Amino acid sequence: MSDTALPKAPPREMIWGFTGAQSVAFVLMLATLMVAPFVAYPVFLMQVMCFAIFAMGANLLMGYTGLLSLGQAAYFGMGAYVGGYAVQTLHLTPEAGVALGTLTGAAIGAVFGWLAIRRQTIYFAMITLALAQFVNFFAVQDTGFTGGENGMQNIPRGQVAGIISLHSDLHLYVFALVVFLIAFLFVHRVVHSPFGQVVKAIRENENRAISLGYKPAQYKWIVFTIAAGLAGLAGALNALVTHIVTLTDVGNATSGIVVLMVLVGGIGTIYGPLIGAAIIIAMQYYLASFSDWVTVIQGVIFIACVLLFRRGIIGELAAKLKFAL
Amino acid sequence: MAVQGVDFDIENGSIHALIGPNGAGKTTCFNLLTKFLQPTAGTIRFEGHDITGLAPADIARLGMVRSFQISAVFGHMTALENVRIALARARGGNFDFWRGEKILNQYNEQAQALLADVGLDDHVDTPAALLSYGRKRALEIATTLALDPRLMLLDEPTAGMTEADVERIVALIRKIRKGRTILMVEHNLSVVSGLSDRITVLARGRVLAAGDYATVSRDPAVIEAYLGSDHSGVDHV
Repeated sequence: MSDTALPKAPPREMIWGFTGAQSVAFVLMLATLMVAPFVAYPVFLMQVMCFAIFAMGANLLMGYTGLLSLGQAAYFGMGAYVGGYAVQTLHLTPEAGVALGTLTGAAIGAVFGWLAIRRQTIYFAMITLALAQFVNFFAVQDTGFTGGENGMQNIPRGQVAGIISLHSDLHLYVFALVVFLIAFLFVHRVVHSPFGQVVKAIRENENRAISLGYKPAQYKWIVFTIAAGLAGLAGALNALVTHIVTLTDVGNATSGIVVLMVLVGGIGTIYGPLIGAAIIIAMQYYLASFSDWVTVIQGVIFIACVLLFRRGIIGELAAKLKFAL
Repeated sequence: MAVQGVDFDIENGSIHALIGPNGAGKTTCFNLLTKFLQPTAGTIRFEGHDITGLAPADIARLGMVRSFQISAVFGHMTALENVRIALARARGGNFDFWRGEKILNQYNEQAQALLADVGLDDHVDTPAALLSYGRKRALEIATTLALDPRLMLLDEPTAGMTEADVERIVALIRKIRKGRTILMVEHNLSVVSGLSDRITVLARGRVLAAGDYATVSRDPAVIEAYLGSDHSGVDHV
């Protein structure tokens, strides 16, 4: 058969795997994040970015691989403790602290993931929850390292490369923005990599992928490790931003919050986690006067999300506009 | 126990059909051969090697690739992407999460040729979920062929198809059999008689009869299992 008889695939002009709409959205996001610290409270914005990184990892698991983890806080919390410890006690630079936090999350995730991927669906979720409980108990007990109930306090922000002080919120904001962008582009790359294609195939039809010679467990394990690494990164960055690490960071509520962020923002979308994180963190900041009622409000939002817009905000928007976001 | 004491050989280069009434254990045999189910007893040998203890993915890597009764395609991926996934696996798989998708374009030409072979040249960029049933089966065969299997297991390749689609698939199987061995489960007896060199008839988890179509179709036990005892033979198909 001659080559001319074969229709050529339409040209896909994509930079870093972004579609046209996604590129526009990226420019918009970048512009917003650059202007935002002059309009809104920078610490709030930085926390949004931290949790967006956290949620992007969870979204890799939930949205792109179809694995629901209920224990992501373990990696977030341990990343935060190790990052905080590195900067505060070992006097390392903030970028080293963030890197160590990332490695910690990934290392724990590699071990826990290796155990958890042996089971599917709800059993998988239960194992992740149980393993996260171990980490939680460790954080409560080992007061020498984690500070127990007191947590880690007064974590310094340090100086990047030992030169640029992150003491001012604006400096730290730029640092956080750079970290966030790297994580964002990394996640997008993973989704649109040859590896990401196989993960997609496994999610679509696991048995068929096996019958083609793929071993899904290997792929799930790598995704799990990446998601845990992102959680560790987010935790360490959050420790720098807030100066503290508490038991909340390693607790079940945080594991739940990140799932909520993914669902509200839009599961399986690239911009969903950021929007989800922004909404949930904004609620915690601006509804703080309602104290415990914030949790109730979050619960109502969760129910509304599941009942009314299952695809999440970005998911619904993308469906309306008929392109991927 | 779904199958018991089932023993048959598939000759190299032949098309071997596995037939039998519903619930005879045909698909179970497939699942056992490809290790989607673990046999409790017995051995499975492929090209002289004992493969009884292997994992399903390893079976595929040895060159024994199955299809499924319900068409198994990756719905949200285009026809081209479906085939590329298999081509990439044949070259050792993809763990490179840091590279761009563009690297998969190296498989485009080969994938397009495979799609053309099964008559899907006009649907290269159609998401698999949007293809008609017959075309999904064709895509499945193209994806399987991408692994260049030495033994292909086709589970009811023509089930639920229109007559025109059946003819297309039969012609396709004739075309791809060169250099391969094919084991297929099939209900359509005209397809079986037209294609297969050898037939094993299963009923209630046991081998009822074996041989070529002429032998098997005259076997009283087979006739009884298929049609009840008051028929004297299957003379037209």
